[in-house]
Amino acid sequence: MQRQLANMKQSLFDQGYLDEQFIQLEELQDDANPNFVEEVVTLYYRDSARLIQNLEQALEKNPLDFGKLDSYMHQFKGSSSSIGAKRVKIECTQFREYCRTGNAEGCKKTFQQLKKEYATLKKKLEVYFQVARQAGPVEKACRPK
Amino acid sequence: MNLGVNPMSFTSSSASWKSGDGVSDQFPAGLRVLVVDDDPTCLRILEKMLRSCLYEVTKCSRAEVALKLLRDNKDGFDIVISDVHMPDMDGFKLLEHVGLEMDLPVIMMSADDSKNVVMKGVTHGACDYLIKPVRMEALKNIWQHVVRKKKHEWKEKDFEQSGSVEEGERQQKPSEDVDYSSSANEGNWKSSKKRKDEEDEAEERDDSSTLKKPRVVWSVELHQQFVTAVNQLGIDKAVPKKILELMNVPGLTRENVASHLQKYRLYLRRLSGQHQNGLGNSFMGPSDPTFGPMTALNGLDLQALASSGQLPPQSLATIQAAALGRATNKSAISVPLVDQRNIFSFESPKIRFVDGQQQHNNSTKQVNLLHGIPTNMDSKQLAALHQSAQPFSNMNRHVHSQSGQSNSLLTQMVQPQSRTQILNEVGGSHVLNLPSSVGQPVLSQAIPSAVLGRNGIDNVHGPTYASVSQPSTVVDFSRSQRAELPGNSFSLVGNSGIPTLTSKGMLQEEFNSEIKGNRGFVPNYDVFNELNHNRTEDWGLQSVGSNFEAPQHSNLQGRLDVAPSVLVQPGFSSDRHIGIPSVNKAPFSAADRVVNTTNLSQPLTSSLPDNPLRIKAERLPDMGFQNSLFPDQFVQDDLMSALLKQQQEGIVQAEADFGFDGYHLDNLPV
Repeated sequence: MQRQLANMKQSLFDQGYLDEQFIQLEELQDDANPNFVEEVVTLYYRDSARLIQNLEQALEKNPLDFGKLDSYMHQFKGSSSSIGAKRVKIECTQFREYCRTGNAEGCKKTFQQLKKEYATLKKKLEVYFQVARQAGPVEKACRPK
Repeated sequence: MNLGVNPMSFTSSSASWKSGDGVSDQFPAGLRVLVVDDDPTCLRILEKMLRSCLYEVTKCSRAEVALKLLRDNKDGFDIVISDVHMPDMDGFKLLEHVGLEMDLPVIMMSADDSKNVVMKGVTHGACDYLIKPVRMEALKNIWQHVVRKKKHEWKEKDFEQSGSVEEGERQQKPSEDVDYSSSANEGNWKSSKKRKDEEDEAEERDDSSTLKKPRVVWSVELHQQFVTAVNQLGIDKAVPKKILELMNVPGLTRENVASHLQKYRLYLRRLSGQHQNGLGNSFMGPSDPTFGPMTALNGLDLQALASSGQLPPQSLATIQAAALGRATNKSAISVPLVDQRNIFSFESPKIRFVDGQQQHNNSTKQVNLLHGIPTNMDSKQLAALHQSAQPFSNMNRHVHSQSGQSNSLLTQMVQPQSRTQILNEVGGSHVLNLPSSVGQPVLSQAIPSAVLGRNGIDNVHGPTYASVSQPSTVVDFSRSQRAELPGNSFSLVGNSGIPTLTSKGMLQEEFNSEIKGNRGFVPNYDVFNELNHNRTEDWGLQSVGSNFEAPQHSNLQGRLDVAPSVLVQPGFSSDRHIGIPSVNKAPFSAADRVVNTTNLSQPLTSSLPDNPLRIKAERLPDMGFQNSLFPDQFVQDDLMSALLKQQQEGIVQAEADFGFDGYHLDNLPV
């Protein structure tokens, strides 16, 4: 179980889904908060769902309000980076760049991509946490190679 | 979890500390941190990280709530960590407010790492800037900012205080320091503090409680007495001991006077500095971060006035307040004048000044920020007022770009409330009306007290307003109010004044924010309020206001008296800002000068009516907004209403001037 978990985590890192920040979160986990990481990730998905919705609505407007989009995305990026969602963060950066240049098409495309990454990560993490719970509280933060 | 900071390791260092400041052995464990971030994910993570560092964490997702927490628990926190982008209030505004009101170290954080944002943090006085995602290592060492600040305060205190008060200072320092860190480890620190205090105890011991000296509320009257004493002795010769003797106030310690004097001096300096700036001198800000703005302001009117004795203490206070207020405002407003900006920065220091303890810190903080400063003032005052009306000024001021921290929040918050309040209150005393025509001088004077509180900026306005020629606008404001002011303001000021003031203060703040957002709130409110810390600021502002206008406006004289009515000021400040955009400084300064402190609250009422009217006639054109401002006497209520009106009327002009209003104050010649 533990090994399985470690492998999963390793793969997530290798594939670039997660970054160092995730490790930081794991380091915060302790006996007092054994499911801290899962708790935070859940919080993230819940809160960011709202941001995603805002972005969807804003992207439907015509013409696009790049300022607003950028502002939403800035928030989203901040959230995502704090849990270590690397790929999602990359899409956020790309999106903001398109906002800066006023590229509506680019924004919309990137947003679709972002949603994909976001959903993929969510699924992967769900599985990960499931295994983690099964593996028991022994799971300690260990840096991926 | 690996806690980088090892509490134990501090034992040795803290031991040495103890002697110096009575810090507990466990420092930095127990450090009381307030975290503000609208992102729940980040907030949760930060909270966990800070807990891991053994800090005491309080988290909050809204800046307004954070400010309220800070205000309700003065000395309840050691450091604040805030996000830059927040929906309800700009992080920088909050930063400003905290700096002004509480003088706590503030760390900004953001996912945004662009240079200009980081620079903004620096200029607004943030003691650090963290890039998100925040790592544990970065949080482990935040305690250094707490220590640094305290040390700084001490040093400043020492520096500022004259030799005679050294003793007192020393005592103060430990107390301050203790206060600062005491919360962290209450048991330990307090005991060590107590022990230490007892050892150091000097004759002042009884007067100043060692651990936590009860804050002396520098009421308008008290401040006036203080200013009178200072003027009698001569600004250079005024030493706390003599001032204390002259004032002859039972229960007042030399320490209290010393710290107040320190603030006052900074305030004056600021005014002179601002004044210069406003006059078109080079921007003071950068050169003298801490004093930049202050000097300008101080130098300008207040000092001149003060020294000449013409400027009534009150006016000085108002001016100061105004200046302070202005500072805030300024930032908010696009400050056309660079100088003005300084004022803002000055103002902020001013605010701090008022506070007494924080003074140094504030000024430092503020100064750099141009924007930030005003907010401070506001925040402080706001704090006072906050109760009733949420810092209105914060909003305005901050808007500008300053610290946004509190201001934005405050203003936002305040606005709705203050508006109402102000309206209610102001209704009676429309201070605003007064100013009107009187032109700037009048405004400045009258407002100084009132406005000062608020705006510090108001005073500043004087000079800047000239450009704006808003008179009409101002007048409007005051129009409605004028009639009522005279009577009202005083009542407010008087006893009920305080309560009103509070609200007023808040209102004003709101107004300020509303007005232009820049104005920043006139801290003066505090003065009236006696409630809080703001008080000190208020008077600073107030005087500022008054000084500002003074020199030229003889008419204002009546007004200046008003200044004492500091109470009124709060209301004024707001007005000021709005209307005064183009108010000429000169007028104000004159007005300010004229105002004799004698009036202070009571005389105010009487003086107000006279002055405003007088001023109006003469000054209208000059003052524009300012006019409305000066009715310090009008008492906040009027101001508030005036402000409200102004706002409603779309004081565009004010806005324009706004920018400099804050600054103008600084220009107040002292």
